[in-house]
Amino acid sequence: MSFLDISGVSKSFGGNTVVRGFDLAVRRGEFISFLGPSGCGKTTMLRMVAGFEQPSAGRIVIDGEDVTHRPPNARRIGMVFQAYALFPNMSVGDNVAFGLKVAGRPAAERAKRVDEMLGLIKLAHLKDRYPYQLSGGQQQRVALARALAPSPRVLLLDEPLSALDAKIRVSLRTEIRALQRELGITTIFVTHDQEEALSISDRIVVMSEGRIEQCGTPHEIYNRPRTRFVAGFVGTLSLVEAEAEGAGSTVTVAGQPVTLAEPVAGSGRRPVTLAFRPEALKLDAGEGRINAIRGTVEAAEFLGSVVRLRVATPGGTLLADVFNSPAAPPPAPGETVVLHFAPGDVFALDGEGAAPAQAIAAE
Amino acid sequence: MSGARLGPWIVVGLAALYFVLPLIATFEFSLSMLRGTWSFEAYRVVFADPAFRQTFGFSVLAALATIVLGALLVVPTAYWVRLRFPRLRALIEFVTLLPLVIPAIVLVFGYLRLYNSSSWLPFTGSAWGTNLLLVFGYVVLSLPYMYRAVDTGMGAIDIRTLTEAAESLGAKRRTILFQVILPNVRAAVLSGAFLSFAIVIGDFVIASLLNRPAFGPYLALIGQNRAYEPAALAVVAFAATWGCMGLLQLLGGRAPGSAAAPLRVRRKAIP
Repeated sequence: MSFLDISGVSKSFGGNTVVRGFDLAVRRGEFISFLGPSGCGKTTMLRMVAGFEQPSAGRIVIDGEDVTHRPPNARRIGMVFQAYALFPNMSVGDNVAFGLKVAGRPAAERAKRVDEMLGLIKLAHLKDRYPYQLSGGQQQRVALARALAPSPRVLLLDEPLSALDAKIRVSLRTEIRALQRELGITTIFVTHDQEEALSISDRIVVMSEGRIEQCGTPHEIYNRPRTRFVAGFVGTLSLVEAEAEGAGSTVTVAGQPVTLAEPVAGSGRRPVTLAFRPEALKLDAGEGRINAIRGTVEAAEFLGSVVRLRVATPGGTLLADVFNSPAAPPPAPGETVVLHFAPGDVFALDGEGAAPAQAIAAE
Repeated sequence: MSGARLGPWIVVGLAALYFVLPLIATFEFSLSMLRGTWSFEAYRVVFADPAFRQTFGFSVLAALATIVLGALLVVPTAYWVRLRFPRLRALIEFVTLLPLVIPAIVLVFGYLRLYNSSSWLPFTGSAWGTNLLLVFGYVVLSLPYMYRAVDTGMGAIDIRTLTEAAESLGAKRRTILFQVILPNVRAAVLSGAFLSFAIVIGDFVIASLLNRPAFGPYLALIGQNRAYEPAALAVVAFAATWGCMGLLQLLGGRAPGSAAAPLRVRRKAIP
């Protein structure tokens, strides 16, 4: 049985349903991310696990104990907030000790645990400082230590990195993941940043409008998005309109045939949208890249290790990341190029949805 | 350019005159008890009067009780209203402003009707009960200032997130209120306390009608019978009130981690 079980949870505020039929089983020690745009219900779902909101329907079970109607202070969870929420009147050491003090632990044990936690986040030298004397990154690390000190059953992180600047964000997320692995604590991490979710999660739950769109490993989510929403939200994607005919796995893009890995659903003559990751398109054939689309370079953006090309094709604009090579300068705007890709590198999206331009803008 | 600077200074100067001139005049008058020379004779007489010490001590005690009771009433109320019943904020604010609209004399007559010695709750039946009633009255009088100060203080910190953080760490309501919220609105409670203090020291109506030996009625009595001593008393009361406020600031202002302790901040910031 799983360690944290969320089954059939819904939440409405008045007539407004923000979480619908949420089911998730989390294994002990697993790192799960809730990923989605703002207003998708991810934070509300996290707050229901924490006990700050009551589900309108469904159950939440932690380690075999039904906590659905238990108050937050009886759930033994640890929570880290976007706004740090350190107690301004207490020193770093007192902040970390707070949960232990509330639990009635003896002073000697508290002191030992505080030193241990501050050692873990490498801030032992700041024990007597006050929160306003710390940087944002340091405050958030203290908040993490404070949440972990009473040994909670589940660690809940509500966009903990959003208020930090880019460099700290990357280093702290690595630190969080390392700490989580070391302690083996079951963790839920809420974020709207797909790169963050992809880089540190065991599994990602992609949410939209209160529903789970897809739940899977970062590799699955990125490479096999199940819905158009997931495909558009996670990673950069360019879309090209194509046409399918019959039941085969071959479609045509402005007259050029393209072979897919799987047959396209449906029958008869019908429009399909093809989706490409920028790194799947190459300027040379080989390694099974049997498909080719011809287009004109609109722009070449030099990003260092890769050059991102914007290529106009008859079906739509494609983004292609090609490796930088000191020997060969990147194609210039106006040049005609042929983009090669393997059947497994392209996937067909069904149904109407975002226009190609929007998908590119959503990167 | 100098003209543009002069304007504000004139306004400040006029305002200062408006406040300071009567004080200086009172002080000057209090020094002229002995004919033809300046002396502290009036002060000597005032301090020699045991009634002065008794009434002033009584009022200071009443003020401290008012501050403690007021804080215990206002801090949890403001906290709950902000946290759980934000829609009630306008109503609560209106209620706390009522003492500014309703004269204190109406309040006292209400008290006397409700709590007289033959009523169901005979507060005025004993000296202690009456003292209690007096403090209750002062709490009501200071409510507008106390509530505003505390509510503003709570607006300055994120009480919701702090409460949730404490809850997630296992804390119960009382712990959160006294260990997390109260210390962080200490500066606000203090500023409310200063005003409460001044109100209580200066009160005449409630103490007089409840017949308590407070400073206000004593001052009025002296004022009716003497010439120089009331001026000296006014100056003493003024100085003592400011002194007590300073003391409060000194004792209560040492909130760690707050902007209210600038000295500590500077010392701590140097590693």
